[in-house]
Amino acid sequence: VDGAGCRRWLDELSAYLDVQASDSLRAELEQHLAACPDCRVTVDTLRQTLRLVHALSRPPFSPEARQRLLRALPPDPFVHPDSP
Amino acid sequence: MARSGRTMTEAAHRHDPGQDGEEALLDRLRAGDKAACAECIEQHAPAVYRLALRMMGSEAEAEDVVQETFLSAFRAIDRFEGRSGLGTWLFRIAHNTALMRLRRLEPLFVPVDDPGLDDGATPLPRELFDWCCLPERDFETEEARREVEAAVRALPEILRAVFVLRELEGLSTEQTAEALDLSSEAVRTRLHRARLWLRERLSGYFSELARAAPEG
Repeated sequence: VDGAGCRRWLDELSAYLDVQASDSLRAELEQHLAACPDCRVTVDTLRQTLRLVHALSRPPFSPEARQRLLRALPPDPFVHPDSP
Repeated sequence: MARSGRTMTEAAHRHDPGQDGEEALLDRLRAGDKAACAECIEQHAPAVYRLALRMMGSEAEAEDVVQETFLSAFRAIDRFEGRSGLGTWLFRIAHNTALMRLRRLEPLFVPVDDPGLDDGATPLPRELFDWCCLPERDFETEEARREVEAAVRALPEILRAVFVLRELEGLSTEQTAEALDLSSEAVRTRLHRARLWLRERLSGYFSELARAAPEG
């Protein structure tokens, strides 16, 4: 990554990975990636990073936590505590 | 406007929650229907909890944030104008609640205006070792999973909520902007910088692994 030359592309990488870049931008970026090993590594490892993040399990909101929340509701949860 | 003396109606008892759309649920919440509260919790608490957990880093704190979020939402349901979805509005309350708690827990906590992360030029990547060549089994170990989890938890606060809502919860840019009171452009910038930040952080771990791997 050589600074100014690659910086322009760096800001486009998310759009590129999300397939939101225009066709012309995508073509230009792919041309750059073919010639720039550092940017190619950045794109590949960024893609892999997102894959790993998406593979994380979703922490569950346990039935016990749900019960505690329901029990915490006051008899009338629609009454503001400051109201008369 | 605060309500008082509202009790659950017989109609609410008879209600079939499975037939409700969001509008109907909101109508029932506005009418003070307690069964609608339980339904709202059932639908939205898991996602609100995930945001709270990523923000707070502790299950107990996250549970407290969820509780405060729903209580605040039910009390303020008359002020919900419906410009965003109910879920987006709940995220907004949860995010604000979590920020307030973080400030109480860490008085020196400064969640906004880190120019290095939000403004100016995107920091250039420093870790440029290609670790994608690692065998798949190296990405599937418990240690690797913990590294990824820790990396998300360590995201700078200014980037974390955007990343969680946009990347992990699948909200659109516009919904995330609405939930966090940001411009769409700020959401796009923060999401991009969060991704690059995580890449940099995980590159430290996986590059070591790749360098230590036997040739061949």
